[in-house]
Amino acid sequence: MPILHNNPQLTRNGELQHLLTIEGLPKAIINHILDTAQSFVGISDREVKKVPLMRGKSVFNLFFENSTRTRTTFEIASKRLSADVINLNIQASSTTKGESLLDTIDNLAAMHADMFVVRHAQSGAPYLIAKHLNDSGRKEIHVVNAGDGRHAHPTQGLLDMYTIRHYKQDFTNLRVAIVGDILHSRVARSDIHALTTLGVPEVRAIGPQTLLPSGLEHMGVRVFNNMDEGLKDVDVIIMLRLQNERMSGALLPSAQEYFKSYGLTPERLALAKPDAIVMHPGPMNRGVEIDSAVADGKQAVILPQVTFGIAVRMAVMSILAGGRV
Amino acid sequence: MNFARMQLHIKNGRLVDPANGIDRVTDLFVVDGKIAALGAAPSGFSADDTIDATGLVVAPGLVDLSARLREPGYEYKATLESEMRAAVQGGVTTLVCPPDTDPVLDEPGLVEMLKHRARNLDLAHVHPLGALTMGLRGEALTEMAELTEAGCIGFAQAEVPILDTNVLLRALQYAKTFGYTVWLRPQDPHIGRGGVAHSGPLASRLGLSGVPVMAETIALNTIFELVRSTGARVHLCRISSAAGLALVRAAKKEGLPVSCDVGVHHLHMTDADIGFFDSNARLTPPLRSGRDRDAITAGLLDGTVDAVCSDHTPVDDDEKLLPFAEASPGATGLELLLSLMLKWAEEQHGADALPQALAKITLDAARIAGLPAGQLGVGAQADIVLFDPATRWKVEGAALASQGKHTPFLGFELPGQVKATVVGGRIAYRR
Repeated sequence: MPILHNNPQLTRNGELQHLLTIEGLPKAIINHILDTAQSFVGISDREVKKVPLMRGKSVFNLFFENSTRTRTTFEIASKRLSADVINLNIQASSTTKGESLLDTIDNLAAMHADMFVVRHAQSGAPYLIAKHLNDSGRKEIHVVNAGDGRHAHPTQGLLDMYTIRHYKQDFTNLRVAIVGDILHSRVARSDIHALTTLGVPEVRAIGPQTLLPSGLEHMGVRVFNNMDEGLKDVDVIIMLRLQNERMSGALLPSAQEYFKSYGLTPERLALAKPDAIVMHPGPMNRGVEIDSAVADGKQAVILPQVTFGIAVRMAVMSILAGGRV
Repeated sequence: MNFARMQLHIKNGRLVDPANGIDRVTDLFVVDGKIAALGAAPSGFSADDTIDATGLVVAPGLVDLSARLREPGYEYKATLESEMRAAVQGGVTTLVCPPDTDPVLDEPGLVEMLKHRARNLDLAHVHPLGALTMGLRGEALTEMAELTEAGCIGFAQAEVPILDTNVLLRALQYAKTFGYTVWLRPQDPHIGRGGVAHSGPLASRLGLSGVPVMAETIALNTIFELVRSTGARVHLCRISSAAGLALVRAAKKEGLPVSCDVGVHHLHMTDADIGFFDSNARLTPPLRSGRDRDAITAGLLDGTVDAVCSDHTPVDDDEKLLPFAEASPGATGLELLLSLMLKWAEEQHGADALPQALAKITLDAARIAGLPAGQLGVGAQADIVLFDPATRWKVEGAALASQGKHTPFLGFELPGQVKATVVGGRIAYRR
């Protein structure tokens, strides 16, 4: 059976119904989102930082897993679109009382939600929600995946593409390296799908074997275990966060040894092209995956990523809510 | 009417009995719960009931080597009655059930109770596997002789691998002492623990924890080493990979006393059928790659795979409508086993594909279980299925008698509709 049959994030006409993953998204939709985001970047610099595109709409931030940063950026994006935002930290409420995920969704849908922004620790949870809404005829409610397990973090992937396009313009002549814990990273997966869709000729994955998933080559990337070899002549370096709980144990012996082998230092950065940019989805572990001299250096574009992230999330939400922008 | 005495005439059906090499249109006569004659009626025969089987296949009732009936302990998922109705509706007349009930089948009293309940329902024959270790904890052996007396036909660990290899060695030695068969699903207790999908490109893309093929092959190598030393007879349950089947093939060639089955889902599906996190395709062992699926067909054709089972596992909505990794593994299967084997036979295109497919779910399965079932020779117990091979039916929750409505085949049109099922000479299901 074809893998992309009945893709739940697209309507029958191929328009975006939900944003669940970048995998399988047509290039035209990705470009449309990036172009729309570009038109929103200026809004944040205005005195009145609002447009009325989602006035009267209710956005529910459903965070089944904690994340202050992502939740905040979605909240700001919703408010700049004039939507009403309701933040729900579900860990602390209903599911601990034994309510099922779909019961929670039904209850919130009954409160006339227009959009769910979902973060969940399990890969695929936003699909379950989107399918449930589609199957029960509530197609007017949109779902945005704000990160599910190890699977996808599509708005992060899109803001990373926005950042790369901003600094490099053309995707079709780039070498991009993604470094670190790819095994557990939804950001890496979304970035890989976005980069290959946008025509980047060489996407590299760099990390120790214990942090690389099996069959990674099938996603169209070149795998490197050696950081120095992997960084040679690249245009873009995307560093990944190493979670505390992975720093010592059966995957890695210690944070120190990790930094020694895979930390991005000024010396290593010099192996990349002179105009290479350094990205990080945050929050950073200085001295674990990245040296402060690089994080604060002139090649780092980590803070612009955050700023662009708001515009990209505004673009995604406004396209889902209203179609035309 | 006294059913045991009933005389039944099954008229003009295509009798397919792989055990006796029969495949021809003929009449079949049942007297006193046994096959009394083929072709011409035995003397003094007077039919209490006649089934016109014109256009139907008449075959031995199916023997399913793994069907979870969920009793005792999980009656909210399914009951003995609902699942035994599903069995006869699917043409299954003999069921082997694993010991992972609650409580675990590790005491003779529990086994006797289950057998008693099944007998009272009088639908299909139920043969439990006893737990190999107390509570399936992998520490202390169960009273295998007592459990056998109570009706267990073998001993198993279900889905719980034994951590301590020394306990497994002792269990095989003890089973060998009495000549019991040990049923093991090869699964390393550490590698792939917590995994929910085949380790490979799909699991990597979807961000699902993987179960590598080596979880199966490492366990197989350990089991074969223990079999070499003990001589115990081991039946390997639900082999899922090409590499695993290659090891089984070599072990059989070496002469080790081993047999193996596969789950019927793995005959048709691969990990790609998980699609967009479809929890109906969350199975144990996981659906594997296309190469593995092809190897299963090759194994069926060359005899490496002895039997196919439904691996029937009813799961309720609350446990399936969850994010993929949190959903309970398993699918309903009793009512799909026959149709999925017919579908497989269709895909083989051979003239003898149908008898070959039926053998794997009748006589070969019965041989592994050590039961006198799965054949239609004169004198055999009259367990019979009549089905229309030409009718296709759509797999839908409402069409299933089982309380388990979840299967990755939902919406599929499958060949073969059961018209009647005869158990011990009595019509247990008729459509």
